[in-house]
Amino acid sequence: MRKLISIAALAATTLTAVCFTASVSAEDIAITGGRAFTNGGNGEVENATILVSGGKITSVSSGGAVPDGYRVIDATGKWVTAGFMAADTSLGLTEVSLSGGINDASAPTEKGAIGLSIVPALNPANIFIPNTRIEGVTRAMSRMTTSGDMWLGVGAVLKLNDSDIVAREKAFLAIDLDEGSANKVGGSRAVLWSKLNEKFQEAKDKMDAAAKKDDDKDAKRPSAEDATLNAVLSGDMPVYAVVNRKADILQLIAFQNRFGVRVILGGAAEAWMVADMLAAAGIGVVLEPSNNLPGNFDTLGQTSAAAGRLHAAGVKVAFIPPGTHNARLVVQNAGIAVSMGMPWAAAMDALTVNPAEMFGVGDSYGKLSAGMDADVVVWDGDPLELMSSPDAVLIAGEDMPLVSRQTKLRDRYKDLDRSPAFDR
Amino acid sequence: MLKRTALVAALGLVAAACTPGDGEQGDYVEIDRDPFPSSYTPLPSGSTIITGATILDGAGGRIEGGSILIENGKVSAIGTDVTAPDGATVIDAAGRWVTPGIIDVHSHLGVYPSPGVQAHSDGNEIGDPVTADAWAEHALWPQDPGFIRAAAGGVTVAQLLPGSANLVGGRSVTVKNVPGRVAQDMKFPGAPYGMKMACGENPKRVYAGGNNSPEFRPSTRMGNVAGYRQAWADAQEYQRQWDKYERDYKAGKDVLPPARDLNLDTLAGVLRGEIAVHMHCYRADDMGTMLDVMKEFDYQIASFQHAVESYKIADKLAENNVCSAMWADWYGFKMEAYDGIRENIPFVHKAGACAIVHSDSASGIQRLNQEAAKALADGRKAGVDISKADAWTWLSLNPAKSLGIADQTGTLTAGKNADIVLWSGDPFSVYTKADLTFVDGAVVFDRLNPDNNPVMDFELGQPGEGDAK
Repeated sequence: MRKLISIAALAATTLTAVCFTASVSAEDIAITGGRAFTNGGNGEVENATILVSGGKITSVSSGGAVPDGYRVIDATGKWVTAGFMAADTSLGLTEVSLSGGINDASAPTEKGAIGLSIVPALNPANIFIPNTRIEGVTRAMSRMTTSGDMWLGVGAVLKLNDSDIVAREKAFLAIDLDEGSANKVGGSRAVLWSKLNEKFQEAKDKMDAAAKKDDDKDAKRPSAEDATLNAVLSGDMPVYAVVNRKADILQLIAFQNRFGVRVILGGAAEAWMVADMLAAAGIGVVLEPSNNLPGNFDTLGQTSAAAGRLHAAGVKVAFIPPGTHNARLVVQNAGIAVSMGMPWAAAMDALTVNPAEMFGVGDSYGKLSAGMDADVVVWDGDPLELMSSPDAVLIAGEDMPLVSRQTKLRDRYKDLDRSPAFDR
Repeated sequence: MLKRTALVAALGLVAAACTPGDGEQGDYVEIDRDPFPSSYTPLPSGSTIITGATILDGAGGRIEGGSILIENGKVSAIGTDVTAPDGATVIDAAGRWVTPGIIDVHSHLGVYPSPGVQAHSDGNEIGDPVTADAWAEHALWPQDPGFIRAAAGGVTVAQLLPGSANLVGGRSVTVKNVPGRVAQDMKFPGAPYGMKMACGENPKRVYAGGNNSPEFRPSTRMGNVAGYRQAWADAQEYQRQWDKYERDYKAGKDVLPPARDLNLDTLAGVLRGEIAVHMHCYRADDMGTMLDVMKEFDYQIASFQHAVESYKIADKLAENNVCSAMWADWYGFKMEAYDGIRENIPFVHKAGACAIVHSDSASGIQRLNQEAAKALADGRKAGVDISKADAWTWLSLNPAKSLGIADQTGTLTAGKNADIVLWSGDPFSVYTKADLTFVDGAVVFDRLNPDNNPVMDFELGQPGEGDAK
C-alpha cells in the first residue's frame, strides 16, 4: 500500500511537471528580421524568421512568413544566436561558496565517488541560474569540484530555466587528475595514475568476464560504480578529466588509448603544446581563455592564445567561465580568445555546438534548426562584445523574463531618495 | 634623585622654558619616515609623437584625430595641432585610441605572486589582527610575471596591498609598473603610503573561535569595530607621547623619546594625515559604521575597496569624500558579496561619488578596460548616461586621486608623467589590445615587437618563455 501511494505520488508529480512545462513552452513564437547564426558562428541567415512551437524550433528561413497565432519578437537590426553554454561550472550545486552554508559541489570527505550523480543535489531555485541566463547563457555543464580523492562523480548538462533544469543526467564521469588530486591520492602523481589505470583495468576485466557468461540468470544488478565504469568503457559516457601539465596530458592520451574510452580534457593549461596529438586522438578541450599566468608548476606554459592554437590544430574547444557565480562571463572569455587569435566563428562554436557535442546534447541543443530545443537569444549587437547584451532569451521555447535578484536590487536602489526601499 | 625629578615635573614647562637645558641634552630623535626610499630611475625614452588617434584625456575630454607629444618622460603637448620636434619618433595611430595608463588601486602582485605556491603566500601577516607594522614592500617580489601581463593590459601604476585577513593589514606601496631588481626600484617616488584595513567577514573568520589570536578576537563585526577603535585610541596616545617629547625637547629638557612602536608608527601616520586608509569593505552597513569611526578619530578613508554595496549609500560616500574601488560584476562568492549588482560602478558615479575600477586579481588587472566597458554598458542600460571619456576617470584619474598622485599622473595633461597606452582600437571593445604601454615616456610593453618585452627571471628556461600571453 505504501508502495502504491508513493508510485501514485510520483505519477502525480510527473504529470504536474509535464503539464507545467507544456503550459509555459507551448507558446508559438516567431523571431523575425534578425541576423541569425544558426550553426555556432556559421550558417548566417539574414532577415531570419525563426519559428518556435511546442518548445522546439520548427523552421528557420530568410524572410519566411509568420503563421497566424504566433507572437512576434522583432529582431530587426539585431543578432540572433543559439543560447550559449558554459562548459564547466557547478551551477545548481553552490550557493554562497565561502561563508554561506553548504556547498554541494564539494564533498571533501567522500572517497571513491564514481557512481554518484549530482542530480539529487541540484537546486533549480538557485539565484545564479537567472543571473546567468539573462546574459544569454542558457546551458551549463555542472559537476562537483572537490572530493576526498580523484573521483568527482557523474555530472550533468543543465538548461537554465526555472523548472526542469536537467537536460542530460548522466553526461560524463568527472575525474580530477591534477596536482591537488595527487596530493590527496597518496601525495604523488605516481600513485594517482597507477590508481586510475588499476581501477579501469579491474572494471574492464569484470565487464569482459560478464560478457563471456551466456547465462544471465546469476547476473547481479551492477553497482552504481560498475554501471558508471561500464558506461565509460563501452563508450556511452565520456570522462571529463581535469589536467593541466603537458606531461599529465600525455598520460591522459595514453589512458584513452589503453581503454578505448572517450575523453574530454578540462583545465588544459598546456594542451596547446600537444595540440596535434589531441586532434589526432579526438580529444576535445575545455579551457579558461583568460588564464595566462603560471599559477603553479602545472601551468607554466599557460597562455590566452591556447584556444586559437588548439582550434587551428583541429581540436574542438569549449570554454570555462571565471567561476560558477560568473558563469555568464563565459561570453567575455570567448571574446578574449578571439582577441588572442581564435577566429570569431570558432569562438561561437565553442559556446554552442562544440560543448553540445562533447557533452552529448548535440542532437537537441546548440544549433538553430528545425527539431532543436528552442534556446534562442536576441542580442543588441555582436554577442561577444562587452557592451552587448540580450534583448530576449528563450529556453526550450520559454521566453524568459530578463529579471533576476540582481535586477531587482538594481531597481530598488536606482534612486536613493528613500532608503531602504522596502517596497517591491 | 627621585625628589629632583618630581620637582622638575611639578615646575613643568615654566621651569624648562626659563632655564633652557642644563647643557646635558641628548640628540633629538626623529623617526625616519622614509627608511626604504625609492630607487626608481626612468627607463630611457626619446621624444615621441602619437598622431591621428582618438584620445581620451582621462579628465573627461575626448579628442578625435588627436596627437600627443612625449618629451623627457612627460606629456609636453596634446591636441589636434601638435608639432613634433625634429628627430621625434612618429607613431601613426589612425584608427587607434590613446588613454592615460591604467592605475589599479588594488593589486597583490608581488606579495601574492605567480606561481601561487605556498612559499609565495606573503600577503597576510596572520597572528595578530592589527599589523600596521607589516609593509607590503617587504614582501614585494619584483619578478612576479603578473607585472608584465599587467603592462600588456595597459597598467602603468599599481597600489600593492597586504591582504584582508587582519583588521589592519599593514602598509601598501604604490609602484610604477617597471622592471626592478629590488622592490625599491619600482616605488613611485613621493607617493604617499597607504594602509590596508578590512571590514566584515574576513577578519572575524580568520580569528573566530580563538584561531590565530591569543586574544581570541575578533569573532564578530562587533569585535572588528572594537579592534579598530582600540587601535586608533592607542595611536592617539602614542602620538601624544611623541608630541610631548617634541615639546619637552624644544623646551630644552633632557628627555628620552617614547619607546618606538612600529605598529603605532603607521597608525599615527594615518592620524597625522600622512598615510591614506584603503579599507576592504563590502556591505553598506559596514561602510556606514566606518564613516563614523573615521569621524570619531579624525582621519580620512581614501577608499573603500570592493565596496560591493556602495550603490546603496552612494550619496553618503559622496558627502564624505570617500572613493569606492569596485569590480564590474564580481559578487556572490561570500555572504557580504551576495548583493553585488552590475550597475554598482555607474550608480556610484551617478551619485557624484568617486568611482574606481579595481582588480584585486592577477587576471583582472590585465583587462581593467574591459571591466569599465561592462560597467558602462550596464549603467547605460539602466538609464545612466555616461560617456566613454567620463568612464575612463574610473581607470586613471580617480585612482590617482585616491593614491595622492593625481598631480603627477592619471590624466594626459601637459607636464604630467607620460604614462600612456596606445590601444589597437576602442578600449571598450573585447577585441582591443594595448599596442604600446608607456611609463614616464618609456615603452614597457610592445605587443607588435614581442622580443622587446621583458621576461621575468622565473619564466626563463620554462615552458612558454617569452610566449604571447
